[in-house]
Amino acid sequence: MNNFDYQQAASIADGIQLVSTNNKAAFVAGGTNLIDLWKYRLMEPELLVDLNQVKEHHSIEEKEDGSVRLGAFVSNADTAYHPIIEKRYPLLSKAILAGASAQIRNMASNGGNLLQRTRCYYFYDPNVPCNKRTPGSGCSAIDGYNRIHAILGASDNCIAVFPSDMCVALAALDAVVNTSGTDGERSIPFSEFHRLPGDMPEQDNNLRHGEIITSIDLPEKGFSGNYSYLKLRDRHSYAFALVSVATGLELSGDIITDARIALGGLAHKPWRINEAELFLKGKQANAESFAGAAEILLQGAKGFKYNSFKIELAKRAIIRNGLMALHPEQQLPGARPSA
Amino acid sequence: MPIVKLNINQQTYELDVLPWVSLLDAIRERLLLTGTKKGCDHGQCGACTVICDDKRILSCMTLAVMKNGAAITTIEGIAEGDELHPLQKAFIEHDAFQCGYCTPGQICSAIGLLTEGKAKTREEVKELMSGNLCRCGANANIIDAIMEVKEGGSREQF
Repeated sequence: MNNFDYQQAASIADGIQLVSTNNKAAFVAGGTNLIDLWKYRLMEPELLVDLNQVKEHHSIEEKEDGSVRLGAFVSNADTAYHPIIEKRYPLLSKAILAGASAQIRNMASNGGNLLQRTRCYYFYDPNVPCNKRTPGSGCSAIDGYNRIHAILGASDNCIAVFPSDMCVALAALDAVVNTSGTDGERSIPFSEFHRLPGDMPEQDNNLRHGEIITSIDLPEKGFSGNYSYLKLRDRHSYAFALVSVATGLELSGDIITDARIALGGLAHKPWRINEAELFLKGKQANAESFAGAAEILLQGAKGFKYNSFKIELAKRAIIRNGLMALHPEQQLPGARPSA
Repeated sequence: MPIVKLNINQQTYELDVLPWVSLLDAIRERLLLTGTKKGCDHGQCGACTVICDDKRILSCMTLAVMKNGAAITTIEGIAEGDELHPLQKAFIEHDAFQCGYCTPGQICSAIGLLTEGKAKTREEVKELMSGNLCRCGANANIIDAIMEVKEGGSREQF
């Protein structure tokens, strides 16, 4: 591991100044991914700029327009257990609690959750090619052991998946990412924050160097009546998703009046297809309807040697989670299958 | 070199540490409090769990300089003199370890779990202890020990 300098940013402006003027500087907040990446030599910063002393963005607040603002420096645990989030956005709460461990959730910041890097094992192995780690070197996963890899939105350059659970719920909830950088402030719709790999897999998202995530806005509609997060993985807890599904429904009787479905573990970003949600509107909330939506969501899915099972698994998970959303009170710890 | 002020087990230390020294290495190598274990050093095993400002965290995944001014409790700080912490007693009573390597992290994590107060059922205790791996497979007894302290006795099947 390399040596680095350390400074505390006194303010957002101070942080932007310190990092934007040094292309080998990086921000740190929770550190749960960054410190690990540094230990693997995947990041070799000259300077770490600690954002924890910035006075703003440490709270969760309801705004006048009915939305809720999550401070970027609030921990994942404090977000999941916050009374406003438990009451109005339980889908987000459940998704956060399905990820990582209690210790990591206590440390990890909301902003940092969006910036997690993939858990593709070839990315972590400096002895093999990886376009995400070393652009142009090739992809070892495409012809390798690709059981955990993408079936949607991948490219010939990269089939890595994005590991966050929290972000699957944020995608379903149409969250907005607020940032601050040298060019001023931006509000980025969640669907436009993360990128598909294309021919630049080294770039996970559209955040610029020196730009800071300051908060995340949740629009008023929280789907708190009918929601479910389902996470399927190789062990019941403390493992990344093979497939995860965040579902929010609005119902009139048993008819779906609005629906959101986002998928995790399948692509380089949380996966949402508007046509699948439109398809559900006006339909009965039953297995047949969710199966129809699943077909639309998985259109174009491409399996590799070891992960083709994910296509059928994802379809079944979408149906199961749609039915689970009818009984949100039965949600199990760890987002396991219920109902 | 940055000077870092840490309150560890109710004793204040001022350490000059290099920026890249993890909190874990500062605790073990500088303060010689070796109860906290370096298992994987990558945030995957929970052996390095300590309590920082009343929250359980992984000391391997944070830097000592980032915890300037924090109050930290390690396994060495939980007994009252010769009187063991109730979780230490329960771990002995329930045979909640074999090799014992994960035990300091398990107990610090369990203290955090009880302080947080989010786990109501045995299932929830299991879920919220999943960040602490036990390769000897003593998990059933570990959960028994925690359940006993949590609600004064439970010997269900795992």
